[in-house]
Amino acid sequence: MSIDVLAGPRSTAWLARANPLSKLGAGLALTIGLLLTVDWVSASVALLCELALLPLAGLAPRVLLGRGWPILAAALVGGYGSALLAPKTGAVLLEWGPLLLTEGSLQSGVAIALRGIAIALPGVLLLASTDPTDLADALAQRLRLPHRFVLGALAAMRLVGLLVEEWQNLGMARRARGAGSSGGVLGRFRSSLGQAMALLVQAIRRASRLAVTMEAKGFGAGPRTWARRSEFSARDALVLLGGMVIIGAALAAAVMSGTWNSAFS
Amino acid sequence: MAAHDDGGTGSGGWPAAVSAKGWGFQHAGRSSPAVHDLTLEIAPGERVLLLGPSGAGKSTLLHALAGVLGSDEDAAESGSLLVDGSPPSHRRGRSGLMQQDPEAQVVLSRVGDDVAFGAENLAVPPAEIWRRAAAALDAVGLDLPLDHPTSSLSGGQKQRLGLAGMLAMRPGLLLLDEPTANLDPAGVLEVRDAVLRMLTDTGATLVVVEHRVPVWLDVVDRIVVLAPGSQRQPGGVLLDGPPARVLEQSRAMLISAGIWVPDYLPVVRPRQNSSSGEVLLTARDLAVSRASVPRRRHRGYRPAPVPTASGINIEVCAGAALGITGPNGAGKSTVALTLGGLLPITGGQLSAADPLARGAGQSPFDWTGPELVGRIGNVFQEPEHQFVTGRVLDELAFGPRMLGQGTAGVEELLVRLRLEHLAEANPYTLSGGEKRRLSVATVLATRPQILVMDEPTFGQDANTWAELATLLSELLDAGAGVVAVTHDAEFTRVLGGAQLELTAAGTPAASAVLGVDRAASAVLGVDRAAAARPEVQGEY
Repeated sequence: MSIDVLAGPRSTAWLARANPLSKLGAGLALTIGLLLTVDWVSASVALLCELALLPLAGLAPRVLLGRGWPILAAALVGGYGSALLAPKTGAVLLEWGPLLLTEGSLQSGVAIALRGIAIALPGVLLLASTDPTDLADALAQRLRLPHRFVLGALAAMRLVGLLVEEWQNLGMARRARGAGSSGGVLGRFRSSLGQAMALLVQAIRRASRLAVTMEAKGFGAGPRTWARRSEFSARDALVLLGGMVIIGAALAAAVMSGTWNSAFS
Repeated sequence: MAAHDDGGTGSGGWPAAVSAKGWGFQHAGRSSPAVHDLTLEIAPGERVLLLGPSGAGKSTLLHALAGVLGSDEDAAESGSLLVDGSPPSHRRGRSGLMQQDPEAQVVLSRVGDDVAFGAENLAVPPAEIWRRAAAALDAVGLDLPLDHPTSSLSGGQKQRLGLAGMLAMRPGLLLLDEPTANLDPAGVLEVRDAVLRMLTDTGATLVVVEHRVPVWLDVVDRIVVLAPGSQRQPGGVLLDGPPARVLEQSRAMLISAGIWVPDYLPVVRPRQNSSSGEVLLTARDLAVSRASVPRRRHRGYRPAPVPTASGINIEVCAGAALGITGPNGAGKSTVALTLGGLLPITGGQLSAADPLARGAGQSPFDWTGPELVGRIGNVFQEPEHQFVTGRVLDELAFGPRMLGQGTAGVEELLVRLRLEHLAEANPYTLSGGEKRRLSVATVLATRPQILVMDEPTFGQDANTWAELATLLSELLDAGAGVVAVTHDAEFTRVLGGAQLELTAAGTPAASAVLGVDRAASAVLGVDRAAAARPEVQGEY
């Protein structure tokens, strides 16, 4: 029963069948666009559009929350910090000792939080709807990145899942020896260090055996063919167009509502 | 990377010839050569079983033939080693290499992609690759969809997948380095038969290294026995010829080298006392799962763990053995880990009786590390997982020191398990058999009352096997309880005792009361309910 990070059932969502590069492109357009301005209108428009796209990536809100809560937490903390530190303009909303929130500062905080989520969400959509093998194929065949590097990284990623399992096994094997159960905090720390070393040894051994397997299969020996073709289709045009439309709408809304607030001024 | 000879790699297919003339190889940083002065001719289509004591350089030879020995500056090569008249590294793709570790056999995460990988590297046209992939999967008997995740395969299936990938490359030379050492008996036959079909189809040359001779006896038409290479004595080929003749001439030598020759069982000390019947550990309606490995700070949406096996009723008694058998995925290891106090129970009860608990509480999982090692000794399938120090002597003294006992017994254990000449060595540098003996010795050092072992005899040579069996027979006579997950029927027979047979997932619930031993030490019943009760436990 191995925990393979790549072994989830292949997503059947609409976005999963788009080329990873078009998804990357759309995500990049959104990110760059949102980086231009810090305001709540553009961030809200982009965020709403992205949330509307969740079903296309096959992501249930519950799953999204399960996977993306650290991003949500970071955005909220960032927003809170901004609200505390931003220039105190507008009416005072809350004053409690050194804590002072005004309309202006609260608006900055909300903008920062929303923008953070809106920038991070395309990445979550991409990860959820993209098979690493497809991504590797696209990078090597379409972007012409060196296939030795791309396929090597792909094979290594498969081992990451095995490492999780190996760590649990090592933990149990060491408890079976009684290691790490005494000596207080320092003893536990030293034991974890020992376990990490043991994991490293196992990881290196397995990796070198895998390298032998790949080499024996002729990897890196010369030009290769690709059994899976990484291709673009009409779907990819739609994905790119979709990204452009969303960011265009978000920025236009900010300009029209007068909330545009350049990030570089 | 050596220049690649593209001539013919795309088509391949014809059997390869191997020729070694005075060939020797010394790994960088080693004081003696791994292979010394080897002269050997293998004709196209021959099927050769390569035997020899550990350290004879069998793996080195296979890696060299596969062209993956590396181009280390400090390694020294002498003589010549040719495949089809060229150095092997120039003929990559002419040979397929299979190693012992099934995990290292799989490169990509989907079955079809993994089979295609080698053929892609040889620049075979895509349409041809898929045609070959389908045929190859069929030939090795893997009836799976192309997008099936490789991580869900069993060890035997992974090895067959590796074989399919080689088949798609149309190699002329098949190099198998202990391909079945980590597999259960069913997996061994799966792989052996797949290799046989492949050889029949392609006529490829075969060189297989394996210390279980009977597995390959009907497949090979020639046995080559290598002598250990060293500067003092000439290495190279000790014996070479048809299997029957070689086995007859060298039987005594092969037996002393720990090789499993046909119709031979190592001598093992027989059991003498029967069990006192004193119950040490009782499981009632026990359900086990790996998913319940506790994570202290986890706050996710985690469904209650689904038991890997459930409805287990057993008693572990002093002086009695209990064998746990069953197919892959039946949860044998999980049961062993739970009995050994390393996993929390998922449902039912597991309680240590007073003679075992001695005031430490009833649940083995809640014992502290020192409490555990003095009561239950767990021996893992992979010995390296359990090493915690950098020296054999420290490894043995680790447990006794922690318990504040003297280390007087350590010397005795060293001698008993023939490790005294390795007292100063690093555990990781030992041979497979030595590592196994050490991992058992470290656990015995704290004198546990129960020994839980997971496939202790996997991949072991006949000598280590006999030592293990004898040692356990002594321990049992001395009143220890032994729980062993094992496919090794002979090992189980030697230990005696009861059997707990788990059934594969998805099969209807079945109860089994099997082979209760002389002292009626265990009452067994297992059902693996498909509608298992996911009894919630843990820290939520």
